[in-house]
This record gives sequence, C-alpha cells and structure tokens, in this order.
Amino acid sequence: MNDFFASVHSGIASAIATAENDPILNMSIFGAFVAVTLFIVIRASRNNKTAADYYAAGRSFTGPQNGFAISGDYLSAASFLGICGAIAINGYDGFLYSIGFLVAWLVALLLVAELMRNTGKFTMADVLSFRLKQRPVRLAAAITTLAVCFFYLLAQMAGAGGLVSLLLGIHEQIGQSVVVAVVGVLMIVYVLVGGMKGTTWVQIVKAFLLIGGALVMTIWVLALNGFSLDTLLANAVSASITEPQDAILGPGLQYGANPWDFLSLALALVLGTAGLPHVLMRFYTVPTAKEARRSVVWAIWLIGLFYLLTLVLGYGAAYLVGPEVIKDAPGGVNSAAPLLALALGGPLLLGFISAVAFATILAVVAGLTITAAASFAHDIYANVVKKGKVPPDGEVKVARRTVVVIGVLAIVGGIGVQGQNIAFLVALAFAVAASANLPTIIYSLFWRKFTTRGAVWSMYGGLAAAIILIVLSPVFWGTDTSVFRNVGTAIWPLNNPGIVSIPLGFFLGWLGTVLSSKKEDPRKAAEMEVRSLTGYGAEKAVSH
Amino acid sequence: MSHVRTDDAPPGEVDYVAVEQSPRFVELKKKHRSVVFPLAALFLVWYFVYVLLSSFAPEFMAQRVWGHITMGLLLGLGQFVTTFAITMGYVRFANNRLDPISGEIRDRLEQEEAR
Repeated sequence: MNDFFASVHSGIASAIATAENDPILNMSIFGAFVAVTLFIVIRASRNNKTAADYYAAGRSFTGPQNGFAISGDYLSAASFLGICGAIAINGYDGFLYSIGFLVAWLVALLLVAELMRNTGKFTMADVLSFRLKQRPVRLAAAITTLAVCFFYLLAQMAGAGGLVSLLLGIHEQIGQSVVVAVVGVLMIVYVLVGGMKGTTWVQIVKAFLLIGGALVMTIWVLALNGFSLDTLLANAVSASITEPQDAILGPGLQYGANPWDFLSLALALVLGTAGLPHVLMRFYTVPTAKEARRSVVWAIWLIGLFYLLTLVLGYGAAYLVGPEVIKDAPGGVNSAAPLLALALGGPLLLGFISAVAFATILAVVAGLTITAAASFAHDIYANVVKKGKVPPDGEVKVARRTVVVIGVLAIVGGIGVQGQNIAFLVALAFAVAASANLPTIIYSLFWRKFTTRGAVWSMYGGLAAAIILIVLSPVFWGTDTSVFRNVGTAIWPLNNPGIVSIPLGFFLGWLGTVLSSKKEDPRKAAEMEVRSLTGYGAEKAVSH
Repeated sequence: MSHVRTDDAPPGEVDYVAVEQSPRFVELKKKHRSVVFPLAALFLVWYFVYVLLSSFAPEFMAQRVWGHITMGLLLGLGQFVTTFAITMGYVRFANNRLDPISGEIRDRLEQEEAR
C-alpha cells in the first residue's frame, strides 16, 4: 500500500516539474481573466461622475451581488492557498484557523453592517466622527485605516511574487519583480478607471471563479473517496507522515507548542474582520441597510461554503499529493491546492487554479487600494486639511492621484520585501483592525456617553500597542523564521499581539471617556441613534 | 402619533431627541438590543469554548466520535452550523420584527420633512 502511494507521489512530483515549465498555458488563462475583467471595468466606468459613484459604486449593487463582492474581497490568496496547505500538512489546526474567519462575520452581521450603512457615507471615519469632534477623530480613523490597508496590501503584493515562483516556474528575482509590477499596474488601472464599480465587478468575477473552482475540485476529491468524508479522512491518515499518523485529525500540530499564541490570534481574527476598513466600505455600495444585511447573509453562506470546501481540499491534497511532496515543492505549504489541481485535472486545471489565485490577489489589492485612497481623499484631504471646503470634483481627483501613489508604493514595497518572511503582516492587519477600529466602532454605535477623547485614545493606543508588541515579538527577534534571524531575544513571547492590544483598545476607549471633562452634544448622539436604527436620512442610491 | 418637541431643538429641523424618546423608538431600540447582544455573547462564548478546548484539551478533541471523525472536527463543523443558524434566525427576526417599526418611524420622519 505504501509503495503504491510512494510511486503515485513521485509521479506527481515529476509532473509538477513539467507543468511548471509550461507557463504559457497558465499565463493565457490568466490573460483571459484580465481581458474579461478589463472589459467589464471599462463598461462599468461610464457612469463614474460623482464621489458616490467613484467610492460607493453609486450604491447601486444588490445584496447578493455585494455578498459575492465581499467574499471576493475577503477570501485572499492567503486564505485559499494558505488554509488548504495548512490542512494538508497539519490537518485539524489548519481547519481551526479557518473557523475564526467565518464566525467573525456574525460581529459584522449583528452589530456593525446595517448601523454603519445607515450613518456613513464613504468611509469608516464618517461613522466614527458622526457625533464626535470631526478633525481629531477623522484623522485617527484615517490613520488606522491606512495602516491596516498598508499591512494587508504589502502582504498581498509579496505573496504575488511567491506565487509566481510556484506557478510559472520563475525563480529569478528579476522575473518575480516584473510580475509584482504587472499586478500593481493592473490594480492601478482597475481602480483608476473603474472606481468602486470596477473593483466590485472584479471581486464578483473572482469570487465566482474561486468558489466554483473549489467546488469542482471538492466534488472530484469526494468522488475519488466514494463521497464519504470518513473514507477521505482514513486515506489522508494513511498518507500522513506524522507520528502517530492520525495526529492530523486532532489539535496540536501547528499551534500545540504555544496555545496562548493561538488564543491571541483567534481573538484578532474574530474581532478584526468587522473592523477591516475595506470590508466596511463595501456596505456603502448597496442602496439600503436591508440590502447591507442581505449582503452579509450572502457573504456568510459563500464564505462558510468555501471554508467547508477547503477542509475537503486540504485533506484531499494530503491524500492525493502527500505532505512530503507538498513540503518539498517550490512555494511549500502554499502549493497544496495547485498540486491537488494538477493531480486531479492535469495542467489545464492547474492553469485555471493558478489564474484564480492571481485573480484573487488582484481583487483583494484593488479593494484595499480604493479603500485607502477614499480614506486619504475623503477624510484627510477634504475634511481634515480643507475642512470640507472642496469643489465637487476635487475630492475624486485627489482620490485618483492617491490610487497611483499607493499603487507605486505597493509595487516598490512588494519588490522590496521579496524573500522576507512577511506572513505576519496579515495577522497584524487583523490585530490592528480589532484593537484600533472595532472598539471605537462598537462604542460609537452603542454607548451614548462615548467621547472624542475615548475614541482618539482607543484608536492610537490600540494601533501603537499592536505594532509595538509585534516589533518586540519572536516575529522580529531570535528564531529561525524571524525578520532578524537568530538575533537577540523577543521581549513579548507571542507572535500575535491581540490578547493584550484588543482589551487595551477597549479599556482606553472607556478610560478616555470617563476622564473626559467635556460631554458630547446629546442632540448629535440622538440623531446618530435614530438614523442608525431607522435609516432615516441615509445616503440614497445614485440614479443615472 | 406625534412626539413632543424638546425645548432646545433647533427650529425647522428634525427633533431627534424627541424621536429618540418616543415610545415607538424606545421599543425598536429595546427589541434590537435584546436580540443582538445576547446572540453576540452566545456565539463569542461558544467560539472561545471551542478555541480553548482545542488549545488546552487536545486529548479530548482528538478522541474519535464516529469512524475517523474526531470530537474536534465535529465541534468545528458545529461552529459552521451555529453560524448559519444564528444568521438565519437574526435575519428572520430583523425582517419581521425590526423592519416594520423602523420603516414606520422613517416614513413618519420623511413625511414631516416634506411638510
């Protein structure tokens, strides 16, 4: 039995070598995706006149459409390739990771989405500064927004480089840099030309392809296992190289060494999602709060379905590809899903899944870029610097310029961090979102006494705590995988700051509020409460 | 049904303080919070029970329940089930219980504004 598996695995390993060197197929499938989405983006851009068109797609998407777009925005390459790989190698612990990403959506559904849609216009800062002092709160919210977007964007761009070496067989630094630049330029074009409408359509198409592709592969894997999860697990166990073999069915392989670290990560995942600015901004692309609710419901079903599929795909890759082959492949853990595609459907399916992975990066970076640009132009430029006195088209003009600047920074940053271990950046983005954004969002929506001082302390305090703890952690110091390899020792023992920085963000929000000498305007508080719950005065859809 | 204007409300604008104190709005707010807060607390507690069991009781989570399905996998799939169930339950509640009241208050405010 084991000999049989060994021969299958070596067969796959040699097939990888040939498929990898056939980048023409992969590139043409990806080219087709770019052509189709560019066509859609250009068509969608015809009505981009006002700020509401550019930032919020004229608030004209339906709930189901936005649900697909949210899934497309949220399911990054890290969650597709990373989670499939983690399940393939570490089994249960990889699955454990994906659950936090799903459950987190209940925070968005129950506490945030509808109320934000009713009180905001374009950005997270609109809601947070609604009844507090405009400039300090807006500035703080814009800074945390830009920080989250920057960390996330850098992680995605660097991931693009790694993906190339895996999928196209380009291992030279220069080739990878060219691809990062291509991704960056495409992203600038999508966002510049298409605005939120174009970005949304790219995300919808990508979500469709990603979930569709994963569904086909899942059915295929299940068919090979007699449509029995039990048989699949039994086969995955027999292919396992852990000791004992069935360790992949229980916890401990990935996070067993330091359970506190996982607890800290779990906090950041479950509370961070509803504070991610690019997710929040998506709620403004629908006409009403009811549609915002529908979009979250669609997103929860799609994202939940997707993570259930990754469970089958991960164990399927463990069985059909084998953990040793995955670990030895270029790209390591991240290669599990592409290698499974190759084992199932040959080079054509590999090419399709590779193109989907690229599309995934494009859709996510486009969403991050338009969010960062909107925050800079709408919050910092129009409201903090110009105090709201800007000509009607001035804000969008600044936003478009910001898109180009962010795109160039992302390309330079993405090339600069190549070969560095920057996987921590995604976890850091979630930790900042949970520590700096979520406390202020929750307080300003539900706590009448909340003050400007509370908001500012919470946002800057949460942001600083998350970043400082990461810099003092093993991510930077003292281990084989640290940024400074085997240099110094970490002062803070955990890889994730959430367990301290999130409670600190909530605590500072409370402390700043009770220490405030000035109370906020009760009429503004009443207005926010009435508008958030009833939708009176909410921004309407643009009709053309 | 009209609400009593508060003294310091700016003339010509919606008197939000009065709306906020009106019985219908108080009812809406109470209904909303009496459902979303307990639901949020419920799923957070359930999620962290699951995470803590996975982190600190690995033997318990690794025991087989049926075939190759372990307790951990079963409870993990349970997280999906509860997430979907809470989603459907909340949407049903919001559509049937919250939307009629919020729509009524919104319509009244829009009529007053038009006058």
